[in-house]
Amino acid sequence: MTEPQGTSLSASTPAGGALLAPPRPRRRGAGGSPGQLVARAIVLILILGYLVLPLFAMLEFSTRGDYGTRSLKPYTDILSYPNLMEGITTSLEIAALTVLGMLLLLVPTMVWTVVRVPRMRRVVEFLCLLPLAIPAIVLVVGIGPIYRWMGQNLGVIGASPLTLALIDIILVLPYAYRAIDASLRSIDVATLADAARSLGAGWPRTILQVIVPNIRGGILSASVLAIALVLGEYTISSLLSFNTLQVVIYLLGKRDPFVSVAVSFSALLFAFVLLFLISRFAPGATHRGRQPAEEPA
Amino acid sequence: MTDRAVGAPTPSDDPIAGSASSGAGGGSFRRARNVLALVPFHVYVLIFLVLPTLIVALGSITTADGGITLDNIRQLFTTDVFVDAFVKSIQLSIATAILGAVIGGILAWAVARGNPNGLLRQLVVAASGVLAQFGGVMLAFAFLATFGFNAIVTNVFKDTLHLDLLSDPSWLYSLTGLAVVYTYFQIPLMLIVFLPALDGLRQEWYDASASLGGSAWSFWRHVGGPILAPSFLGALLLLFTNAFSAYATAAALVSQGCPIVTLQIACQLQSEVVLGQENVGKAIALGMIVVVSVVMVIYALIQRRASRWVR
Repeated sequence: MTEPQGTSLSASTPAGGALLAPPRPRRRGAGGSPGQLVARAIVLILILGYLVLPLFAMLEFSTRGDYGTRSLKPYTDILSYPNLMEGITTSLEIAALTVLGMLLLLVPTMVWTVVRVPRMRRVVEFLCLLPLAIPAIVLVVGIGPIYRWMGQNLGVIGASPLTLALIDIILVLPYAYRAIDASLRSIDVATLADAARSLGAGWPRTILQVIVPNIRGGILSASVLAIALVLGEYTISSLLSFNTLQVVIYLLGKRDPFVSVAVSFSALLFAFVLLFLISRFAPGATHRGRQPAEEPA
Repeated sequence: MTDRAVGAPTPSDDPIAGSASSGAGGGSFRRARNVLALVPFHVYVLIFLVLPTLIVALGSITTADGGITLDNIRQLFTTDVFVDAFVKSIQLSIATAILGAVIGGILAWAVARGNPNGLLRQLVVAASGVLAQFGGVMLAFAFLATFGFNAIVTNVFKDTLHLDLLSDPSWLYSLTGLAVVYTYFQIPLMLIVFLPALDGLRQEWYDASASLGGSAWSFWRHVGGPILAPSFLGALLLLFTNAFSAYATAAALVSQGCPIVTLQIACQLQSEVVLGQENVGKAIALGMIVVVSVVMVIYALIQRRASRWVR
C-alpha cells in the first residue's frame, strides 16, 4: 500500500477521468475545482434524476382525471375504502406497540451491559445484529408454528394482527441497536450512572431521568426507523394473512391502481418527512460518520 | 466465538460496580442480579428469533411425522425448480449489488464532497433511507406507474417518440424488471452504507497527495482506493444479502411462477402440501440462511479490516 513516492508521481500522468477528481488542497464543502463541480453536478442530476423519476411518475399517475385533466380524486378516495383505513390504523397501532416494546427491551438492557456487565456487550450486539443474517421470509417459515400456537391458545389477543409487533421488534433490532449504541458511546454512561446512584437514585430513576434524556437522539431515530419499518412491512404480514397497510395496498392495486399508487405515494412522502426531520433535528444519531465533526473539541 | 478483545474499549467492570454499590458482602448476589437484569432480553430473542431459526433448521431434517431425514435437503440439490431458484436469486443479487454499488458509490462521492451539514445532503440521506428500507410493494407500484401499461414513460416512447424500446411493458414482470427495480433500491442503500467511509477520507490526505504533486488519479490509485476498498467490498456484500433476502418487490411484480428463492418459499407456504414435501420449504429457508451467513462472515472479516481506517 505504501509505495515509494517516485512511483506515485510517475503514475500521475494518465487522466483519471473527471468523475474521480478531488485532489486540490481546499476545505471540504468549500466548492472545489471547476472540473470537480461540473462532475458533481452531472452525477447528482443523472442519478438523483433517475431516483426521482418513478416518484414523479407516481404523482403523475395518481393525479390523472378524465380526458387528460388533473384530479385529486384518488387521494380523496382513500377515505372511502374502509379496508384501507383499517390497514392504516392497524399498521399505526403495530408501529406504536413496536416502538414501545423495542425501547422497553433494548434501552435498559443496553444501559445495563454498559454499566454493569461489559463482557455481555458483545453478546447483546451479536444477538441484535443476528436478524440481518436471517431474511424476513425465513423468519416467517419458522414463526408460523409459533403464531398458529398463539392463535389457538391465547384467544382474541393471540389472533390479533397486533401480535405482529412481537416479530417487528426483532426485525427492527439491528437498526435500533445501532442508533442507540451510537448515542450511548457519545456519553459517559458509567459516570452518569455513578453520579445518579451516589445521589440516591434507584436504577429505574437513573435510567429514566438521567440516561434516557442524554441519549434521546438515538432513541428518537430508533423509534422513527421502527415506525418506517412497520409501515413498510409486507413479507411477514402477508404470509401470516394479516391485513396491514402494505397488504391492503397490494390487494387494492388489482382493483383500483390509481388509489393504491396514491396511498403508496403518500406513505413514501410521510416516511421521507419523518426521516428528514430526524436528520435535521437529531443530527449524528442516524449516521455515525458525521459525529466526530459535531462533537465539541 | 469471537475474540472480544478486538476494539472493545469498555471500562472494566470492577471499579464501577465497587463504587456504585454500597457495602461489601453482596458479591454473589450482585453478580446474580447483574445477570438477571439481562434475562428478559435474552428470553425474548430466544423465543422470537432463535426458536424460529431452530424450527427451520430442525424442520428441514425431519419428515412430517417426526422422523429424521436428509431427503428435504437432498431435494434442494436435485429438484430443478429449487436449483434454478437459487441460481437465479444469486445471479440477480450479484448483478444488482454490483450495479447498485457502483452507481450508489459515485452518488455517495458527489454527496460527500458537498457541505456535510447542507440541505442537499440531508435531503438525499433522508430520501435514501425511505427508498432503501421502506419500499417493497410501493416501489413495485412506482415502477408500474413509470414503465407499466399506460404509464408515463411507456406512453412517451410509444406515442411521442414512436420507438419500440420500452413501449411494451411486459419486461417489467420478468427477471429483467426485477433487476431494474432491485437496482433502484440498491443505489440509495449503497449511499447510506458507503457515505461514512467516504467521510472518513481526511482532507489532510487529499492535501498531502496534492502537495506532493499527485493527480486525482494517483490519489485514488494510491490513497483513496486502498483505504476505501474494504468498505466498498463490505457494502457490496451487504447489497448482495439485501437483494437475496428481498421478497415484497418480487411478490408484487412477478405474477407467474416462483422464479427466485424468496418467491419459491412463499409458494411452498401457500400451495397445497404435497405428501412427503411438508418440510421442503424449511430446507429452502435453511439454504437461504447458509448463503446469507457465509456472506455475513466474510463481511465481518472485511469490516474488521475497514474499521482500522474509518474512525
